[in-house]
Amino acid sequence: MLAFTWTQFWQQVVSGLSDGSIYATLALALVLIHRATGVVNFAQGNMGMFSTFIAWWLIYQETGPGLTFWLGFALVTLMSFVGGAVIYGVVIRPLQRGGELAIVIGTIALLILFQGLAGWIWNPEPKAFKSPFPNSQLHIGDVVISWLWVGTILVSLGCVAVVFLFFRLTRTGLMMRAAALRANTSRLMGIRVTLMLALGWGLAAALSAVAGMMAAPSLGTLDPFFMLSVLVYAFAAAVLGGIDSPIGAVVGAYILGVGISLLSTYVNYITVDSQLNLPVALAILLVILLFRPSGLFGRAVVRRV
Amino acid sequence: MALLELENVEARYGPIKALHGVGLSVNEGQMVSILGANGAGKTTTLRAISGIVRRSGKVLFAGKPVPRAAEAIARLGIAHVPEGREVYGELTVWENILVGASCRRDRREARRDCEQVLEHFPRIADRRRQQAGTLSGGEQQMLALARALVSKPRLLLLDEPSLGLAPTVVSAFYEVVTQLNADTGLTVLIVEQNASLALDVTSHAYVLEVGRVALEGPSSELKEHERVRASYLGY
Repeated sequence: MLAFTWTQFWQQVVSGLSDGSIYATLALALVLIHRATGVVNFAQGNMGMFSTFIAWWLIYQETGPGLTFWLGFALVTLMSFVGGAVIYGVVIRPLQRGGELAIVIGTIALLILFQGLAGWIWNPEPKAFKSPFPNSQLHIGDVVISWLWVGTILVSLGCVAVVFLFFRLTRTGLMMRAAALRANTSRLMGIRVTLMLALGWGLAAALSAVAGMMAAPSLGTLDPFFMLSVLVYAFAAAVLGGIDSPIGAVVGAYILGVGISLLSTYVNYITVDSQLNLPVALAILLVILLFRPSGLFGRAVVRRV
Repeated sequence: MALLELENVEARYGPIKALHGVGLSVNEGQMVSILGANGAGKTTTLRAISGIVRRSGKVLFAGKPVPRAAEAIARLGIAHVPEGREVYGELTVWENILVGASCRRDRREARRDCEQVLEHFPRIADRRRQQAGTLSGGEQQMLALARALVSKPRLLLLDEPSLGLAPTVVSAFYEVVTQLNADTGLTVLIVEQNASLALDVTSHAYVLEVGRVALEGPSSELKEHERVRASYLGY
């Protein structure tokens, strides 16, 4: 057991917040899909992985166009948005007639498809994925914080905030919420429900692309499997917050990110290379499902009859 | 002139046929009711008009056949207040009303209409920031009506608005609807189980039995009709 210092404690907190914002981005995507389609999209992580591979090709690969990071980032986010909407129209919507099980199986098929495609197109060897943020560090008193952490937090939180504001403040955002709550009634109001759900899938795909492009620099490498663990954390975060609560997913993600960061530092049976982090996340997931299945922010069903 | 005309309309839920060739006609500015027992096809008739169930046969609105998709039919100016009110419980009262104006192209005017409609419904206007799910049944019914009105409909379809509401609340609701019809000439087609109430507020009525029109006529005449009295009015 290491001696406790506040310096190290705060460093671990910021590192956890950085991980947490990546989970938050993907968890929000999971919640959007769950609200709109009623299922967990198991392919959400790998859709982000595939987007990140495209980003790697656009930005870092020698034979690619060699874009700057942020241009590539913006382009990939946009492409993922379109891709997500197309996936809804081509794969998910036809499956909706078969019920929820059909959609779930469809998302598992997509998970495997994207994994296979990424390995086939770019080969499964790990690729170097450099950080777009300065390599220097930020000193606040004794606490040393890497710019990678700060940058990851700012970019992820920024994207999450944009999505929240979009749903709160725009007419389209309101129509999307309505379409997800009551599809048939919304059609009676003249809302194009299919289009709204496609937009939802697009937004979720864009969010998972951001999660991928922020997770890869933290890991330093990119391979077809790197988003699977992020998906498990994001799923645990979404369940912790309440699978239908966007704000709950974000809060849950930060609790999980900071919690696991501190746990892996101070509890010495979790090895230094954190092999047990993922099982711990799964254990947390199961405990929540057992004892509080609606999560911390589970939908407050306000009703008066 | 007939604003709405149905000719030989059939509809089915999977293998079960719910409408066996319904025909009816509603004139501009008229209030018409559809009566009938449970399962007679009243709700299905409204759903067939607004495109929520698949149908065959002719549905003409202002002389033209209506499109297939419900969202396109809504944009023509047919507002459907569904059975059970179906307000968005998680959204606020104000958001519910804004959703009702989704199909409007003239956004600025639509916004003003949303503000104005609340003036007619003081009880829900006080609760505009509240989640719609917290409203009472009667308030939810008023909200569902307000939400339909902001789409600026030419035809209003009401499905069992009295269901589960106290008699005073029901009469307050119908007062608003009759007033609207008198003031603006809004055409209304009402499905109602409470037959005596429906015959009181409408000028013409249809009686459905197992997916067919069994009787029709001016409401005042149907009220005296022996079969209607025995089966639906209970005296």
